[in-house]
Amino acid sequence: MNKIVEIKNLTKKYFTKKALDNLSLEIDAGKIVGILGPNGSGKTTLIKILTGLLRQTEGEVFIDKHKVGVYTKSIVSYLPDRNFLYKWMRIEDAGQLFKDFYPDFDEQKFAELLAFMKLEKNMKIDTLSKGMMEKLNLSLVLARNAKLYILDEPIAGVDPVARDQILDAIINNYHENSSMLITTHLVRDMENILEEVVFLKEGKIVLTGDTETLRAEKGKQIDDIYKEVFASEEE
Amino acid sequence: MEFDSHLPIYMQIMHVIKNRIVSGQLRGGDKLPSVRDLAKEFKVNPNTIQRCYQELERENLVFTQRGLGTFVTEDLEAIKTLKTKMAHELTQNFIEQMKKLGFAPQEIIKIISDRINRRHDDE
Repeated sequence: MNKIVEIKNLTKKYFTKKALDNLSLEIDAGKIVGILGPNGSGKTTLIKILTGLLRQTEGEVFIDKHKVGVYTKSIVSYLPDRNFLYKWMRIEDAGQLFKDFYPDFDEQKFAELLAFMKLEKNMKIDTLSKGMMEKLNLSLVLARNAKLYILDEPIAGVDPVARDQILDAIINNYHENSSMLITTHLVRDMENILEEVVFLKEGKIVLTGDTETLRAEKGKQIDDIYKEVFASEEE
Repeated sequence: MEFDSHLPIYMQIMHVIKNRIVSGQLRGGDKLPSVRDLAKEFKVNPNTIQRCYQELERENLVFTQRGLGTFVTEDLEAIKTLKTKMAHELTQNFIEQMKKLGFAPQEIIKIISDRINRRHDDE
């Protein structure tokens, strides 16, 4: 099967502290993979390396067979966990910005996503609610025809209706030739759309596998396995 | 839909589809929803639905026509057999639960027949 992401023995040190510790991971095309872990487990560091915002200390990272660089940035569509648009903008300006930046931005797809999310292109950014903002950001990111979508906490802090719309948009956008990597704390809400999960703890993978297999083996939902794996962290 | 945490999701969705077939909500030869549409309905990964359709196909309850979609079997005997099988499973479960509560077979029969007769009077 075609591998979209190949990570080999990846280590990232901040001075002496290891944020990622000899981590290896492969993601096949057509998979939606969840990266699960508490704050400080290394999720953000991993995403920043995949998106080229940080450089690793050791190890190799390939996206679509290329080292992270200009090419990989053109095929990775990234939803950050914070707002990245200017307040003065209207939704259509945000679309224009993406169109200027990314050749793979599909205006038709963007219009469809906006309609699906019930957003109007003349709405002003600074009047949007948190849920609407999240839906807009996701629409922008999914409107690109990318090979790898990285969604950092896509449903954090949104109401249940917006959450369902976001999940539907993710399922709608699923394509067998591209992959999605999703980080989340809200395991319960997200686990059914994840095909594989990776539990990250102190920069290491402590558990990984096919979600259906894990559920069957442990006789528990992923949310409960998560609580079990990370219970000691909370104490 | 709330899923039971003990069973793989694809099996639970298989069960829902079997129910729809047996109850006549889906008839022999009917087209099943596309993988993507059903994935949205249940809010699950599309590959979970794919797996579910594959397993249903292995059980000869559905068939796939390339480029057209997945359809409910036209073999009415197979649907009838499924219906009987599901009834047996339900009954077996019920009997086991009742035995656990300490009911003897004769008591179980009485409870069921009283219940059915009461229902009948209500209607």
